[in-house]
Amino acid sequence: MSSTFDTIANIIAETCDIPRDSIKPESHAINDLGIDSLDFLDIAFAIDKAFGIKLPLEQWTQEVNDGKATTDQYFVLKNLSARIDELVAAKGA
Amino acid sequence: MRLEYFQLIDRIVDLKLTDRKIAAEATVPNTSTIFEGHFPGFPLMPGVLLIEAMAQTSGWLVVAVNRFERMAFLAAVKDAKFRMFVTPGHKLSVNASLVHEGSGYAITKASISFDDKPICDATLTLRVLDFPNAEMKLRMRDAASRVGFPAEVPANG
Repeated sequence: MSSTFDTIANIIAETCDIPRDSIKPESHAINDLGIDSLDFLDIAFAIDKAFGIKLPLEQWTQEVNDGKATTDQYFVLKNLSARIDELVAAKGA
Repeated sequence: MRLEYFQLIDRIVDLKLTDRKIAAEATVPNTSTIFEGHFPGFPLMPGVLLIEAMAQTSGWLVVAVNRFERMAFLAAVKDAKFRMFVTPGHKLSVNASLVHEGSGYAITKASISFDDKPICDATLTLRVLDFPNAEMKLRMRDAASRVGFPAEVPANG
């Protein structure tokens, strides 16, 4: 079974036509991979479907805008993977 | 349809929140300046306006799901296919279903048919946002009334 990161990386590679090898756990989806907000909607849709969750993009955006969080917390892929694991765990709880 | 006002939907004929589906009807006007250019001597409903009809129908569905607290803005069109010419006078059926309700966005599948023959279909991505201002919400209420959007969206309608 592939890891959460592998699943995300494969989704990003396919959705945004980014070479899979260039997508690392330390990659920042926006700053390093150049994914814009519209492309991220496609990624969010694919992640929602793959994991059976609903990424709280609006809440995350609000937290970043309010200075309560940094984009690194949600958009560095290893952190995004951790957030997804938390959402999956919360769903099963 | 009132093409000059970009009103592509005449009437909502069915809205089922439990099924997350909507059906609308729209009759292509017999005359419009659009047909003078598209095309001279061969009037055709432009495909981009058919997409807009699907987007507006999808938008009403999203508005209903969000209890008229938020509205939808077209963000992406995928896999759009146009299977048949649409000419003045055609009475169209426009259908949309909500495929996914994400955080701040929605995905719909929409289609248009004429006499049960498929005309076009597409997958649409819509950003779901608060109404930009009170006036727009008020005007959207007016538009909703015009197209027969139910005053009270039925929970299980």
